[in-house]
Amino acid sequence: MSNLWGDSLSSFWSVWIIVITLGTIVFCWWILFANRKTDKQPNEYGEVETTGHSADGIDEYDNPLPRWWFMLFIGTIIFSLGYLLLYPGLGNFKGLFGWSQENQWEQEIAYAQEQYAPIFAQYQEIPIPELAQDAEAMRVAERIYLNNCAVCHGSNAQGGYGFPNNTDDDWLYGGTPEAITTSIAEGRNGLMPAWQQLGDENLRNVAHYVLSLSGTEHDAERASQGEAIFTSACVACHGQDAKGNHAIGAPNLTDDVWLYRQPGQPVLESVLETLRNGRNGHMPAQAAYIGEDKVHLVAAYIYSLSD
Amino acid sequence: MRHEIVEKNVGLLSVLILVVISFGGLAEIVPLFFQKETTRPIEGLEPLTALELEGRDIYIREGCVGCHSQMIRPFRAETERYGHYSVAGEFVYDHPFLWGSKRTGPDLARVGGRYSDAWHRAHMYNPRDVVPESKMPNYPWLFERTLTGENTADKMRALRGLGVPYTDEQIANAAKDVRGEQEITALVAYLQQLGTELKDTR
Repeated sequence: MSNLWGDSLSSFWSVWIIVITLGTIVFCWWILFANRKTDKQPNEYGEVETTGHSADGIDEYDNPLPRWWFMLFIGTIIFSLGYLLLYPGLGNFKGLFGWSQENQWEQEIAYAQEQYAPIFAQYQEIPIPELAQDAEAMRVAERIYLNNCAVCHGSNAQGGYGFPNNTDDDWLYGGTPEAITTSIAEGRNGLMPAWQQLGDENLRNVAHYVLSLSGTEHDAERASQGEAIFTSACVACHGQDAKGNHAIGAPNLTDDVWLYRQPGQPVLESVLETLRNGRNGHMPAQAAYIGEDKVHLVAAYIYSLSD
Repeated sequence: MRHEIVEKNVGLLSVLILVVISFGGLAEIVPLFFQKETTRPIEGLEPLTALELEGRDIYIREGCVGCHSQMIRPFRAETERYGHYSVAGEFVYDHPFLWGSKRTGPDLARVGGRYSDAWHRAHMYNPRDVVPESKMPNYPWLFERTLTGENTADKMRALRGLGVPYTDEQIANAAKDVRGEQEITALVAYLQQLGTELKDTR
């Protein structure tokens, strides 16, 4: 931990704070005692000296503060002095307890590390396929998943528009334990370029050809016209067989999985949208947030979902 | 009874009251003006770009600060969820601060990079599309309205007057950089840079 908080004031400001703080306490003490008085005793005629304030014949007595109140004042002053001795408050003086926000936080972290790290670490050495069979580990992993992944992939892990389904057998970057771990730990950046420059007619033809690959309803004539364009422009990423490429996250176009299809949208429309505008899929890297041990567990969880 | 002198001179009473209540500020606030940790930007902190700055103003306009804080306190419960606790040097270019004091929604101090741009757009259009139990309002108009860039340069000039090191070039290009952009694009750009200077989360 770098010293982000800094902990030293210049000696001028340190003295400044000490003088004002202690000066204020002394001032309070002085006010308290300078105004101290005793009960006024009645004189020989039974009259009591008042403040001289009189309203509608009611005179204001000039009595001291109630004793309990006075003692409470004294108490707060003594407390403040004790506090300033034990905790940081007087400029650069750190207090006898040596307490600081940063230390307290580091202790909390160290304690948690000691308590919880072994729980996650015990799974670290177990290979993912084996770990995926461990019911208790998967319960732990599910909690991590719900807290960190469900916000995009859904609490049922079935994804949504633009967010991949984790429960099926279709993988953009591969479904091996290693590939899943890398996807989670380091994140992924998918890029489908926009092809607007080809012209709308051509894009329509390509779209129909793409639909034909998965046996989705399409216009056969347009598809045959689109094939040539597909072969020249699309196979570089999606492959000769259009089955995609895990290395760059190019999706398989021969199955019936449409990541960017909005609910109720015809497949053709969603494919056209993709062709016209391109797509940017971004999976944020999680290792920095949850740590390697938890990445391993979540990877096993994802692996278990698609089994 | 010297009380009377003070009690019967409103001017003197006011002055003495001011002196007394200024003690706290003099001891707790004034020294911070001269402490490097509070006045020096942390390493890597850059002034917001024109687009991010407009996004920040949309954040202010829509009242995001009413439900979202931007201040991670040094408690494990917070650093586990949000990342490294906030430090003063991250906010030296913020005028005004958007620390907030209410967390109806989560803290956003380090939301930058946490989710994809696409997620933010889907979430802002209708939060329940991605977080079914969310109670955040929809902000569909951010997708319809575009920025004119009319006041962007003036805003940057004003901030420069407050010590944010914008260059003449940045100010000259400000309007051009934001003109025609959707408001949502600006807001997402602002959110995606929040708290990204401190990479390690703990």
